[in-house]
Amino acid sequence: MNRVAIAGASVGGLAAAEALRKAGYTGAITLIGDEPRPPYDRPPLSKQLLSGQWAPDRLDLRPPADIDALGMELRLGVRATGLDLARRTVSLSEGADVPYDALVVATGVRARRLPGTEGMAGVHSLRTLPDALALKERLRPGRRLVIVGAGFVGAEVAATARELGVEVSLLESGPVPLAHAVGEEAGRFMTRLHLEHGVAVRTGAVVAEILRDGAETAGVRLADGTVLPADDVLVAIGSEPNTEWLTGSGLTVQNGLVCDEYCAAADGVYGVGDAARWHNRLFGTDMRIEHRTNAAEQGMAVARAILGDPRPFAPVPYFWSDQHGVKLQAYGHLRDHDEALVLDVDPEGRRLLVAYRKADRLVGVLAAGKPPKLLRAWRALIAAATEWTAALAITAV
Amino acid sequence: MKVSVDADKCVAAGQCVLLAPEVFDQREEDGVVFLLDEAPGPDLHDGVRESAMVCPAAAIHLAES
Ligand SMILES: Cc1cc2nc3c(=O)[nH]c(=O)nc-3n(C[C@H](O)[C@H](O)[C@H](O)COP(=O)(O)OP(=O)(O)OC[C@H]3O[C@@H](n4cnc5c(N)ncnc54)[C@H](O)[C@@H]3O)c2cc1C
Ligand code: SF4
Repeated sequence: MNRVAIAGASVGGLAAAEALRKAGYTGAITLIGDEPRPPYDRPPLSKQLLSGQWAPDRLDLRPPADIDALGMELRLGVRATGLDLARRTVSLSEGADVPYDALVVATGVRARRLPGTEGMAGVHSLRTLPDALALKERLRPGRRLVIVGAGFVGAEVAATARELGVEVSLLESGPVPLAHAVGEEAGRFMTRLHLEHGVAVRTGAVVAEILRDGAETAGVRLADGTVLPADDVLVAIGSEPNTEWLTGSGLTVQNGLVCDEYCAAADGVYGVGDAARWHNRLFGTDMRIEHRTNAAEQGMAVARAILGDPRPFAPVPYFWSDQHGVKLQAYGHLRDHDEALVLDVDPEGRRLLVAYRKADRLVGVLAAGKPPKLLRAWRALIAAATEWTAALAITAV
Repeated sequence: MKVSVDADKCVAAGQCVLLAPEVFDQREEDGVVFLLDEAPGPDLHDGVRESAMVCPAAAIHLAES
């Protein structure tokens, strides 16, 4: 093992590189990333960066000296364009092919767009720092922002934009915002919080057309005919894995690079982070999750596997979200639950605790406005695959 | 090894506390990190390095000596 190539220079790719070095690997590491900027953090894009609390350099994942100390060949501003599994090489948008003994695929996801809106002035996505800076530029008191899609990115931007005095409409095509991710109970709790803070939440809202006024955006027209005037539109309708460069390589791509429980996609090829779908043995299911901590943990797991010590990657997923000053935290696999049981909710809508059941097991927990330490006990129960009634009995004391 | 944390950046994820409970703890009310040990002994270094790697806010800094 002498040559490791890593495609994607963000949190997942960087974690793999750091973990390799930490484990004593002294061979070559080539880190290929199509963004020109050294690895930076995305969660603050919709929060502290957009609000103006933080300048862009606070997003750097590591100080430049720490990146240098890793002794990597950094190919920033360069895109991986193809993979030859037999020759074990990655082709690039510029320069010679990169040979590898092990390849880490950490190319993440990009924001899904509304067809035909590419490059329209006033129509935004939010995935990269340039995206966030462009949106931030437009958010001024009294301006009108329509957010298409009430997932986490859309909901966080709604909260930040309200803080900045922007008039915000948040459109959800389903009946309850965030419900597909965290269930209707938590979705309704968050909806109430948004309404209280002056966000105009519209459910069952399907966008038919972006309205133009010359070169500018004038608003959106919904399928039911409603016209919502706007200065800007943020399209936050989910994401698509950046896996096109693997097309024709022989690897299986199916809403993410398909990996086994060790995060291996083929001999010597591993998937990490938002781009990877792997089998999580703890929940007995394949998953692809877009959570900040997962990308780092998976990068570390893959480094171990590359160095000959593969262990099943079976974490309890964790994510958080900040909206209107309320911190939401969740452990586990909340999607596809059979039951979401509200264990605590206060009348003011500041506090929430929900437990999630799948079959007869506790598979997740979500809390808002609770002391974060409280969740650790729940995390342990999820990690131990605790039976539902037993888990509720334990946590009731 | 000297450890420092940026409480301002911390998002209260508690990953550090899971990995190195001897070195990190979280404030009761808001879960923000604080240090129990700024210069942990060698037996704790691995856990601390892992914490710095997984911390979702890149809020943990190490000065290795
Ligand atoms: C606005 C926003 C807010 C978020 N908030 C939270 C939050 O509060 N909590 C949470 O848990 N998670 C949050 N996330 C999710 C978190 O940021 C991601 O899970 C994390 O960034 C995933 O890291 P990654 O390394 O897998 O992929 P990415 O960060 O997507 O990085 C992939 C990198 O690879 C590059 N790339 C793509 N294709 C190629 C190619 N062919 N060649 C070379 N390079 C390529 C991309 O440009 C990118 O730089 C948020 C994300 C966004 C966008
Ligand atoms: S892991 Fe990082 S974000 Fe989480 S509590 Fe520790 S310092 Fe804070």
